[in-house]
Amino acid sequence: MSLREFGLHEVFFLLMAARWTVLLALVTFVGGGLLGLVIAALRVSPTAILRHVASGYIGFMQSTPILIQLFMVYYGSSFIGLRPDPWPAAAITFCLNAGAFFGEIFRGSIESVPKGQWEASKALGLRYLATLRLVIIPQAMRLSLPPTVGFMVQIVKTTSVASLIGLVELSRTGTMINTVTFQPVLVFGTVAAIYFALCWPLSLLGQHLERRLIGGRERRVAL
Amino acid sequence: MNYVFQFGPIFQRMDELLYGALRTMELTAASVAAGLVIGILGALGRSFGPRWLSRIISAYVEIIRNTPLLIQLYFVFFSLPLFGLRLSSDQAAILALSIHLGAYATEILRAGVESIPAGQIEAAKSLGLSRRQIIRHVILVPAARAVYPALTSQFILQLLGTSIVSAIAAEELTAVANNMAMQTFRNFEIYIVIAVIYFVLVQGCSLFFRLLSLVMFRWKM
Repeated sequence: MSLREFGLHEVFFLLMAARWTVLLALVTFVGGGLLGLVIAALRVSPTAILRHVASGYIGFMQSTPILIQLFMVYYGSSFIGLRPDPWPAAAITFCLNAGAFFGEIFRGSIESVPKGQWEASKALGLRYLATLRLVIIPQAMRLSLPPTVGFMVQIVKTTSVASLIGLVELSRTGTMINTVTFQPVLVFGTVAAIYFALCWPLSLLGQHLERRLIGGRERRVAL
Repeated sequence: MNYVFQFGPIFQRMDELLYGALRTMELTAASVAAGLVIGILGALGRSFGPRWLSRIISAYVEIIRNTPLLIQLYFVFFSLPLFGLRLSSDQAAILALSIHLGAYATEILRAGVESIPAGQIEAAKSLGLSRRQIIRHVILVPAARAVYPALTSQFILQLLGTSIVSAIAAEELTAVANNMAMQTFRNFEIYIVIAVIYFVLVQGCSLFFRLLSLVMFRWKM
C-alpha cells in the first residue's frame, strides 16, 4: 500500500522541480558556451602548445563519463578545503564539460570558413584576435547554430545526472515521489513528458536550422 | 590545501576495479549488439515500412532522444515489475541501454539509408536486381560505410553512458567505485583512478573501431 496517491498535486510538484532543471541547463549553456569560445580560439590558435592543451582538455572531457567528472568535482572540493555542495559542483562540472563540446562545435565551424578569408585578413593587416572577431566568427556563427541548438537538448538531458549527487531537480523529485507513491509508470511517465516538452522544441528547431543550412530535400524512391 | 592523497587503499583493490571495467565492457557490448539490431530493423521499417510502422518508429526515436537515459532506466527498472516482469538491476540496465541505443542507431542508420542517391536505387531496379538484392548491395553496405563514423562514436557515448546504470546499483565500474568510496572514504582518489580507467577504455575502443574499419572497408579514416 502506498503512502500517497499520484495526483495533480504531484504533477505540480514535478513542474516546480523542473525550474531547477531549466536553471541548471541555462547556467550550463551560458558558461559552457563562453568556455567553448575560449577553447575553440585555443584550438585554432597559431601556437602549437595552446592547440595541444585545448585538444587534451577536449579529449579528457569526451573520454570520461560526465557522472565521474561530477563526482570528481563534488568530492574534489574538499581538496581545496570546501564542503561538497551539489549546486556549485553540478554547475561547474556541466560548464567544463559543455565547454569542451562547444569548443569542438565552434572549431568545426571556424575551420569550415574558407582559408582565403584568413589570408585576406592578414593581407589587410588584421591581427589574430581581430581576424577571429571581425571576419571568421560572424561567418562561423551561422554554421554553428544548428549543432549548438542540438547540443542544448543534450545539456537539458545531462542535468538529470546531477540528481545522483543529491541535487533536487526534476529527476530527483521524480525518484522521491516514486518512493512515496510507488506508481513508477505515472511518476516517470510524467517526468519523461516534462523532459520531452523541454527538449523536443529544441530538437525540432535544430533540425529546421540544419535543413535550412543544407537546403534542398532528398527525393524518396519506392522499392 | 591540507588534503593528503592516499591511493594505497585503491591500488590494493585493483582486481575489483578490473572486474568493474570488464562488466562495463560487457554491458556496452551487449547493449551495442542489441541496439544495433533494433537500429537496423528500425531504420528499414522507418524508410521502407508501411506508414503506421514508420510513425511508431519515429515516435520511439523522438521519445528516447528527447528524454534522459537516467529516466529511461528508472522507468524500466521500477515499472516492469508491476507488469509481472521482475528484472535484476543488471538485466534492467541492459534492457534500458539497448532501448536507448536502438533509437540513436535507428536515426543514424536512417540517415545512412537516405544518403543513398535515389538514382542508385533506380539504376539497380532497371538492372533487374530483386528487392532483397537492392536492400543488401545497393542500400545496406554503402550506407554502412557512410554511417560507420557516426555509429561508432555513438557506441563510445554508450560506453560512457553505462556509468549511469550505477544509479540502480547494476554492477559495473562506477558502481564498484561507489562501493569502494563508501568503504574507504577516499572518494576523490577513487574517481580520479576511475576516470583514468574510462579514458583508457574509450581510447582502446576508438582504436579498435579504427582498425576494424580498415579491415571491413579497406578504407582509411
